[in-house]
Amino acid sequence: MSKLGSLGARLHRGEVGYDFVGNRKIWYGISILITITAILGLAVRGLNMGIEFQGGAVFTTPKHMTVSVNQAETFAEDASGHDAIVQKLGDGSMRIQIAGIDTDKSDGIKSQLSKDLNVSSENIAADLVGPSWGDQVANKAWEGLAIFMVLVVIYLAIAFEWRMAAAALVALIHDITITTGIYALVGFEVTPGTVIGLLTILGYSLYDTVVVFDSLKEQTKDITKQTRWTFSDIANRSINSTLMRSINTTVVALLPVGALLFIGGGFLGAGMLNDISLSLFVGLAAGAYSSIFIATPLVADLKEAEPQMKALRKRVLAKRAQAAAEGEPAESHGTDTAYDDEPEDAAHAVVGPRTQPASRNRGRGRPSGKRR
Amino acid sequence: MSWPPARRSGARRPEREYEKVAAPKKGRSASAQSKPGRSLALILIAIVALTGGMFASGHTTPRLGIDLAGGTSITLRAVPEKGQESAINKTNMDTAVDIMNRRVNGLGVSEAEVQTQGDRNIIVNIPKGTNSEEARQQVGTTAKLYFRPVIATEASAGATPSTSPSASSSASGSPSSSTTPKATGSSSASSSVSPSDTATSQGRAVTDALKADATPSASASDSASSSASPSPSGSSATSDANAKLEAQYTALDCSKKSVQNTVGKSAKATESTVACGENDGVWFKYLLGPAAVDGTEVKKAQAIYNTTTAAGWQVTMDFTGSGSKKFADITGQLAKNTQPQNQFGIVLDGQVVSAPSVSSSIAGGSAEISGSFTQEEAQSLANMLSYGALPLTFKEDSVTTVTAALGGEQLHAGLIAGAIGLALVVIYLLIFYRGLSVIAIPSLLVSAMLTYVIMALLGPAIGFALNLPAVCGAIVAIGITADSFIVFFERIRDEIREGRTLRPAVERAWPRARRTILVSDFVSFLAAAVLFIVTVGKVQGFAFTLGLTTVLDVVVVFLFTKPLMTLLARRKFFANGHKWSGLDPKALGAKAPLRRTRRPHAPVDPKEA
Repeated sequence: MSKLGSLGARLHRGEVGYDFVGNRKIWYGISILITITAILGLAVRGLNMGIEFQGGAVFTTPKHMTVSVNQAETFAEDASGHDAIVQKLGDGSMRIQIAGIDTDKSDGIKSQLSKDLNVSSENIAADLVGPSWGDQVANKAWEGLAIFMVLVVIYLAIAFEWRMAAAALVALIHDITITTGIYALVGFEVTPGTVIGLLTILGYSLYDTVVVFDSLKEQTKDITKQTRWTFSDIANRSINSTLMRSINTTVVALLPVGALLFIGGGFLGAGMLNDISLSLFVGLAAGAYSSIFIATPLVADLKEAEPQMKALRKRVLAKRAQAAAEGEPAESHGTDTAYDDEPEDAAHAVVGPRTQPASRNRGRGRPSGKRR
Repeated sequence: MSWPPARRSGARRPEREYEKVAAPKKGRSASAQSKPGRSLALILIAIVALTGGMFASGHTTPRLGIDLAGGTSITLRAVPEKGQESAINKTNMDTAVDIMNRRVNGLGVSEAEVQTQGDRNIIVNIPKGTNSEEARQQVGTTAKLYFRPVIATEASAGATPSTSPSASSSASGSPSSSTTPKATGSSSASSSVSPSDTATSQGRAVTDALKADATPSASASDSASSSASPSPSGSSATSDANAKLEAQYTALDCSKKSVQNTVGKSAKATESTVACGENDGVWFKYLLGPAAVDGTEVKKAQAIYNTTTAAGWQVTMDFTGSGSKKFADITGQLAKNTQPQNQFGIVLDGQVVSAPSVSSSIAGGSAEISGSFTQEEAQSLANMLSYGALPLTFKEDSVTTVTAALGGEQLHAGLIAGAIGLALVVIYLLIFYRGLSVIAIPSLLVSAMLTYVIMALLGPAIGFALNLPAVCGAIVAIGITADSFIVFFERIRDEIREGRTLRPAVERAWPRARRTILVSDFVSFLAAAVLFIVTVGKVQGFAFTLGLTTVLDVVVVFLFTKPLMTLLARRKFFANGHKWSGLDPKALGAKAPLRRTRRPHAPVDPKEA
């Protein structure tokens, strides 16, 4: 079976034990890199704001237009006196965008166009937008974003604790930055639909994070009463134990969005469906990534800074060192083979600090038969 | 290890363990679990009731928004006059909505809806099949209302044939008659003025004829029949400006649409101007003096049915302090003149909407306009008058016209996308959860059904209209809903991996899954609620669907998925972990229960404690 297939099987059995927290520096680095790229992209290229944000009109003609794109462009420019962008859509209809015209003048332009294009003006769909409308939508969206962030931080601080709230917020900002950055870099058009999609990411990205945190909270309830595991170890276990769910959820969320994107992009060519699903698609992927690789390791970092956790860490390390001194490496080996995968993480955590690829690989390579 | 050995042995005797663990420890879940049938019955009753309600109400499909059904949607933004920022308040916005609603629906569009959105936006939705342009004009006109004295008026050259019936009717009942001040029911010294330019409708002509006795005829200058009205400028037109205006008036052809919409728009209140006014399809041109009274000086205007004098529908106006003085002055002046110079034009945004004549000075701050209006006409005039009192102007922020074809296409595309999305999710669930799909798929379907029925019912109930973003929201919600099952199933699998048999596994997994589902759904709902309250336009529809489906998700998981799982856990197929049940302990890599004693299991402890 392919490597991917066996990974899938192992995932299915809940056996994957990747040291997310141990390798956090790598992922932090990657995220910082992506974020910087995104910010640079935003600064240098800027966002390609759609007609809704500049003011203007979008006319959509019926299907089966005989006029060529160039011709339509000329017609539109003559009728409006402004530059026009004409796209031919998948179903043969045309999308004519004219920026910078007043909503008052659009009627005249529409009737002129309908005459030129030889279609009844009733069959032309028009979307006229005043110059401030897009800003209004965007401003309201920002307002909503800010209110939501404050509320959700308060909620998470109450339901969990402030460290988790802070980490979730960082993850959220991370997702939104990445998504807008991708928009800037690729040059996708930003429309109110994009804004909607972006706002939905809010809920979704946090949704994922919350599930991991929930498991983390549960598992660390009595953490100070034992000396075997540090907070980071348990955080790692939480991620691993919810990994299957995270992957399934993300796939299940992406499937319908992907269908939307496919239909919106392939069938309709452009429009609301496409805009929403595109930003959702990008944002969901970023959200899944950030809740696993950013949010939880960040919580672990914040937690480990607590005196209590520091003390625990000391105790745990001391105990491990003691065990090692007593000539126990064999024990760790023994654990590894004698018990199943769950202690497997434990095994390499016991042997020592975070990165222990050898031990992990050994764990992975084991024939699964031994496990039962 | 917080787990006493007893429980481990219990794993082999599931019945007992289950009683021990689930019932006393997780009291809340106990009831749901012990009577899964009840929950299922509850949700089935709810579905049946809602579906029944849907069919009973006759709204079996959700009301479609403009972008799916076709039509025009106009978003207006209130712009306050300078220094009057506080004018954007709920009362004023509601008045504006009211006025616009009546104006739009006065066009014979009963389905048009006007509503506020956010704090300063008004959305006007006009379904397809109506004259959207006219409606746009109605709502889009900037409400600048002036009372200007009429200097001259006549039917425009090239008037449509409809002039002839009006001419004949006006011949019979001299409509430009001015009535003497009437003693109205109210004690205020109100006088009535009758509009001269409303003479052309048949119905009105009749009523005018009825009160012909009270009308000293001045029909020579009747605006409908006379083609050349005397120019009054001989006495006053000394300046060039007036002469110019005179020329403009002579050249003015109000029968052209382009002229109608542009003339007089830029007129300053303090200057004379020319304007057009329509009356039952006939356009008249007017030469008007400087504004005597500003529309904002109308305190209140309303249409009333005068029962005491049998005058029919009338419009009463109340002026503000300064307004009533000015109105008294102007009516005093006008009353001395002869037709048409005893008329004043009520000019709304450059167009004369009415031009009543005056017979005497009207003091006291209140006046009424009578003239055999129909109810709609009276109301429309009253609305226009009170509209002028709003210190707000409305700017078109966006106008979206969707043809029925495009709307249908978008709906179609949305439905296909939804179907594909649902199918993909179902396939994924089948592959991954095998037998558990027996629970997951019906749960998804129940959720979808409830969403549909509630949407259909919300249409008539709160005016919910399904628009494209809402469809997107519903499709995206498939993922959220499926996620709840995934959380639950994964928890059960976790328990099975730890060596439990299915029934205790389900009961132990549920309280934790429940908490996770509630917490994450709350976050999702919070996002939807904030978006719904704060944002404008299309975002709202999306947020609404998202919030609705999130709530439904909780309902379905609690009342359907969990009880069904409990029931099915009793089936051999699942309980024995059949290969295709999705709960095969072997496939999941479960541990043999006995091993657990020796396992270094510390981190799990707190989880279980």
